[in-house]
Amino acid sequence: MNTATLTDSALETAYDLECSNIHKSFGSVRAVDDVSFTIPKGSFFSILGPSGCGKTTLMRMIAGFEDPTSGDIQIKGKSVLNTPPNKRNVKMVFQHLALFPMMNVYENIAYGLRCVGTDKAEIDRKVKDVLDRIALPDVANREIHQLSGGQKQRIAIARCMVMDPDVLLLDEPLGALDLKLREAMKIELKLLQHQFNTTFIYITHDQSEALVMSDHVAIMNEGRFEQIGRPEDLYHNPQTSFVAGFVGDSNRWAGRVVAEDASGFRLETDAGLVMTSVRAVGQRISAGQNVSIFVRPEFIKARKTSTPSADGGENSLQGRVDSVLFNGANSRVLVRGPVGELIEADVVVTGGADDLRAGDDVTLEWSAAQTMCFAA
Amino acid sequence: MASSTKNQAFLFGYRAYMAAFFIFLAAPLVAAGSFAFNDSLFPALPWQGFTLDWFFNDSEPKLGMFHDRRLLRGLYYSGIIGVMVSLLAVFVGTTNAFLFVRGNFPAKNFFYILMILPLVIPGVILGISILVMASNIANGVEDRFNLELEFLRPGILLVVFGQFSFVTTITSLVITARLKKFDTSLEEAALNLGASRAQVLRTVTLPFLRPAMIAAGIVAFLVSFENFNTTLFLVGSESPLTITMYDRMAKVGSTPVLNAVSFFLIVGSGLLALISVVIQRDPKSE
Amino acid sequence: MQSDIKRLSLILLFAPFALWIALLIILPHMGMVVLSLREKVAPRVYEFGFGNYIDFINEPIYWNTLLRTGSMSILVTFLALLIGFPIAYYIAKIAGKRSRGALFLLCLIPLWVSDLIRAFGWILLLRETGVISTFLIRIGLIDQPIEFLYNDITVVIGLVYTVILFMIVPLVSTLDGMDNAMIEAGYNLGGNGFTVLRRIIVPYAMPGIVSGCIVVFMMTAGSYLTPILLGGKNSSWFTEQIYDQFITRFNWESGAAFGFLLLAFTSVVVWIGLRLTGQTLANTVAKS
Repeated sequence: MNTATLTDSALETAYDLECSNIHKSFGSVRAVDDVSFTIPKGSFFSILGPSGCGKTTLMRMIAGFEDPTSGDIQIKGKSVLNTPPNKRNVKMVFQHLALFPMMNVYENIAYGLRCVGTDKAEIDRKVKDVLDRIALPDVANREIHQLSGGQKQRIAIARCMVMDPDVLLLDEPLGALDLKLREAMKIELKLLQHQFNTTFIYITHDQSEALVMSDHVAIMNEGRFEQIGRPEDLYHNPQTSFVAGFVGDSNRWAGRVVAEDASGFRLETDAGLVMTSVRAVGQRISAGQNVSIFVRPEFIKARKTSTPSADGGENSLQGRVDSVLFNGANSRVLVRGPVGELIEADVVVTGGADDLRAGDDVTLEWSAAQTMCFAA
Repeated sequence: MASSTKNQAFLFGYRAYMAAFFIFLAAPLVAAGSFAFNDSLFPALPWQGFTLDWFFNDSEPKLGMFHDRRLLRGLYYSGIIGVMVSLLAVFVGTTNAFLFVRGNFPAKNFFYILMILPLVIPGVILGISILVMASNIANGVEDRFNLELEFLRPGILLVVFGQFSFVTTITSLVITARLKKFDTSLEEAALNLGASRAQVLRTVTLPFLRPAMIAAGIVAFLVSFENFNTTLFLVGSESPLTITMYDRMAKVGSTPVLNAVSFFLIVGSGLLALISVVIQRDPKSE
Repeated sequence: MQSDIKRLSLILLFAPFALWIALLIILPHMGMVVLSLREKVAPRVYEFGFGNYIDFINEPIYWNTLLRTGSMSILVTFLALLIGFPIAYYIAKIAGKRSRGALFLLCLIPLWVSDLIRAFGWILLLRETGVISTFLIRIGLIDQPIEFLYNDITVVIGLVYTVILFMIVPLVSTLDGMDNAMIEAGYNLGGNGFTVLRRIIVPYAMPGIVSGCIVVFMMTAGSYLTPILLGGKNSSWFTEQIYDQFITRFNWESGAAFGFLLLAFTSVVVWIGLRLTGQTLANTVAKS
């Protein structure tokens, strides 16, 4: 799992970034543990994980602020381990942006160019050019504190992009924004990445940011990469129970395999719910083994038991609606199952007479293919 | 309703107390300053009419401060000492700030306490202890090598050392407080954009510290300028202004020229204090 | 290589600090203590011993002066706190937003005016021919000029005046950082004005109070100009004794002993104060 490769046509093209077997320990704490990955040119790559999983340490090693305990980091095919941070052509957008408050927008963007001794006319041209590209042509003489949150964001990116980096690192830059702006910036970041056609490595603990923007996502947990893949692969075919639980919502049960055959398994939760699942490729579990079972709420169909049955799937449970959680298109019901536990299922709430209400008897149905189980 | 009128009365009393305090605060300063403009040979009532003679007149008996050679020389020495003390104290205060904010070394807390200590040692004691040490060294060298080390005898250099010894604590605390507020990711961002360590210091860190360094320098200058207790023991023939004024007050008795100097110093130190406050409040650096 | 650079820069940063503390604080004080232990037995002939300290104990004027300086300094510190706390509280918590800044500025601007000028101002006001005496005669309240100078009350007033801003400024900073909601919660939970002050405001402001008290006490005990100018030559202030030994009698050995005694005495008072309030030097003085 740790030397995951991408099954992608981009495999043949040159890699912008290649990390092999990176370890990093702080004293006895292993912050990053044997991480390897490659990122093809011009892609949007996210590292998604809970806080404290080691993703920031990994990023700081790529930028050169920390040295790996062992392993190698190559940028455009060349190892950068002995290159100090100010000589690496990897630029970084910091968590709180780290725009220089004592300089105006122009000086912030020109800073890197001045450091490498670009001549003045060239700096003028490049700054103007990058401001045009982020669609903020008129802010050059503004002070940083006069900018809005979204503008600051774009200036921070422009400050890096003007250096024409091989790789742009982004360390949860949307964390400080309010919800509405964050949604807008997700789309904008994706567009900016397309426009600059530079490799973006994006670090976040917010799965929707990672899933919406990325070409590929790595799920990181306790210093290791659990899985690397396209967003839809991670969502539909998680390889570990951590990924299944971390990406998207799930009903999660602890249980065991009671029987298996060529096509799949018969599972029973500790509380006594019985269900079937399909045998996935490479899945190594067998009868008698303890497993974690996941079913996503959007795959569970809830219908009033009194309405005629449609073909809902192999699994079927009887229950009673405990409460309706109205949230527009993402509405959900909590159903008290036959053995007393609560199961979540997505529903459409139209406001009509057919809507489910608390106290209704319901039947929950889902297909065996939607039951995911992993060795516990 | 009753409680509201009671509150009103209380607040009124409180305001009256505040007003009384500020009158108390201002009265001696107003007295010291205003007699500079009294056209009389003594700083006392009655009021004889307005004059600027005590500033600008060039002949006895009403010799103005700007023509009084000894006062001017005192002002000049005070200025030199103040500038030297504040430059030295800001420099060491800045290195101390980096040492205690960024450095990691054993017994850091102990050394931090050592750094604060000079502020709570009475100035008289700082003065005599430095005088004693400098004289010991000078005497020792004289006895053994028959060499006279003039700079270790009371004089400007010892005054500078004496004032520097405790002013540095003040500048260190001011600059340390500012450096603690510094977001180190700004330095990392600068490094990341290709700046060298020296460039980072020059273009990012020091500009951030600049308001605190200027304010600390002003405060150091003011403390040096008004210092008496430490200076008294270390002063040689080049008396700074406070010593000159004290001598004149004690020996000659006061004439309104001392009021003129007082007025000058009150206004000057007030303005400098105001500048140091305004600089530290710079909203751009928030 | 990276760690070598780190070590080098640490050494470079430590050097000025070490030079300053060692050469200007530690060594001079050690020198002072050593000097104080030398007895003059004949011109240019010295002996090691506690003679200077024994002289101090045997001469009541000396230790009376030290005790008087200490107790008056404690009184001045207490008065400065008593008078200054309401001022600081008003500035930090009661005044409106705009007047708060203005009032605080009024406290900051005269902060660094010399003791000499302050004392001079009081002399002009209080002496026999001074403003107050003249004014009282003019309005007919008295018919003989009164000398207000050269008594202990005037010295205490002058000292409180000289140091009170150094009490108020740290108090304002501390109280300013206090969330108003804490005070409101105190009232809301049924406290009256006095219990809120005692249980919430004072404990919160304790570091600022202790910091102000230490600075004020040290400034008072070490002050020279104010007691001399306002109290006259008989003000019996201990710094005057030190000056006398050093400059007038040229008896440095005894002067050094006096200096050490003053330092030891004030340090003990500060140490007891810190103990009683449960504060440390680092979290009080360093914060102001």
